[in-house]
Amino acid sequence: MDRLEASLPRVAARRAAVGGLLENRDALGWAMVAPALLLLGAFLAYPFLLGVWLSFTDSRIADPGRFVGLENFRYLVGDGVFRLAVLNTLLYAGVAVVVKFVLGFALALLVDREFRGKRFVRAAMLLPWIVPTSLSALVFYWIYDSQFSVLTWVLREVGLVDRSINYLGDPNLARASLIAANVWRGVPFFAIGLLAGLQTVPRELYEAAAMDGAGPWARFRWITWPLLVPVAVVVTVFSTIMTVGDFQLIWIVTKGGPANATHLFGTLAYQRAVQGGFLGEGAAVAVFVLPVLVACVALAYRALRRED
Amino acid sequence: MNRAVARLLTFQLPLAAFLVFLLFPFYWMLVTALKPNRDLYNLALNPLWTWTPTLDHVRRLLWDTHFLPWMRNTLVISVGATALSLAASLLAAYAIGRLRFRGSGALGITIFLTYLVPPVILFIPLSRIVSALGLWDRPAALVLTYPTFLVPFCVWLLLGYFRTLPQELEDCARVDGASRFQVMRYVTFPLALPGILSCLIFAFTLSWNEYLYALVFLSSTDQKTVPVGLATELVTGDVFQWGPLMAGALLGSVPVAVAYSFFVEHYVAALTGALKE
Repeated sequence: MDRLEASLPRVAARRAAVGGLLENRDALGWAMVAPALLLLGAFLAYPFLLGVWLSFTDSRIADPGRFVGLENFRYLVGDGVFRLAVLNTLLYAGVAVVVKFVLGFALALLVDREFRGKRFVRAAMLLPWIVPTSLSALVFYWIYDSQFSVLTWVLREVGLVDRSINYLGDPNLARASLIAANVWRGVPFFAIGLLAGLQTVPRELYEAAAMDGAGPWARFRWITWPLLVPVAVVVTVFSTIMTVGDFQLIWIVTKGGPANATHLFGTLAYQRAVQGGFLGEGAAVAVFVLPVLVACVALAYRALRRED
Repeated sequence: MNRAVARLLTFQLPLAAFLVFLLFPFYWMLVTALKPNRDLYNLALNPLWTWTPTLDHVRRLLWDTHFLPWMRNTLVISVGATALSLAASLLAAYAIGRLRFRGSGALGITIFLTYLVPPVILFIPLSRIVSALGLWDRPAALVLTYPTFLVPFCVWLLLGYFRTLPQELEDCARVDGASRFQVMRYVTFPLALPGILSCLIFAFTLSWNEYLYALVFLSSTDQKTVPVGLATELVTGDVFQWGPLMAGALLGSVPVAVAYSFFVEHYVAALTGALKE
């Protein structure tokens, strides 16, 4: 394009006349990205750095605080509630992401064909992912009600239990309940992402393989899966980051309870910083999300690199 | 016959199970919202149905709570944040994707990476910035902070979309004497309309659904958004108002469900397009 312009004297003359900003790629380019950069700089990059700085201070609400080095981190490492939150985050994210992947993949395989009502099914299956999570969290809060739970009613009718279940009162039951709710919300995301991946696989490959005598499993193993890996990696990394950084589902359903058994980094940071007023300590809790983030991105990068 | 049984077992039943799992909470919302209180808290009845549906809960939600102001707040904030993000993203994506100025490649990757920063890392320092700017408890706090997750996403989506448009069209317009802005206005942006629409839906939905920033930066009852207002003002102490709550969850989901259902094809196409990048 540059060469084209240079070869046309009229355009070249015009460029000289208008001059400056409009025709200078660099100046125009930076001017056009300036609004986006300004927003991201002021409300993302700056707070990001400020957050890291706060984690090294004893700052409180309305008190800038002073630098205390690694004091917050030393305190947190010895704090039983924080250690439980770390374990809990690993459990929550680990189990939820795996289950979401398996179920989402199954759903993607199911709807990746022609059938009556395909459009309806594909639209309806996305709903849990579309509606506000805080509102669906309220529904789960109600579904897990200790007295009027519809789940208990069903289990009772089937004859599996004979008394009420306190879903959110028992630590392990509460964890399982939250994971189930998270899976419900996240399955559509995996399904639609993997479905997109499935549809990029050229149908001719399947036909060719079938002609060579490959069965369904062989076709899946040697055609579908290898071509699906990049999409699967992107979807999984994305979901892992969002699951580790989850806040609203936990906060609405259990507030981190019972007895701090279901805290994630986000809810604990909120409790310490916003409710307790210890900004520095809360920021330190939140900073622990960073290693997870970096590890995920690095793993994804390596996995995708190898594919190329 | 055998074929039909196989299809039932490997396709229809699993799919039905998925649909029940994914859609039951919505049904439960609806039934709870329409059930009179004497049915709602009566363990002897079948909870999945009611013979005496009522709009009492909806009426209470609309007239006895701040639900309508919350809806208005959420709408104002979502529209504001979407407009701001879309304008900034459109310019940035065009510049990065088309002008290829010095540093544009690195910039594109940087903006993409910012999308991965989860709000839980940012909300504490942001609360300090918001109060320093005098935006505490004001809708502007959210209109200005939502772009931090909307802009990276929209830029990413639009970059992918611009890449599918033939550069030659723009070159032709340039040769015919159109300025860069005329090219953008009359050639590129109209062609990119489907991409722009997808951004619009995504940005609106994401803003409407946001919870953490709205919870932290807004504090007075009449300033809240729907997701925060329902969860904080109607869940009070031990008294749960499940009827109005579920009515609110249902009505609060309607705007995004409508926005989504009009553009469902776009939505899926955009998402799959973005994932393929």
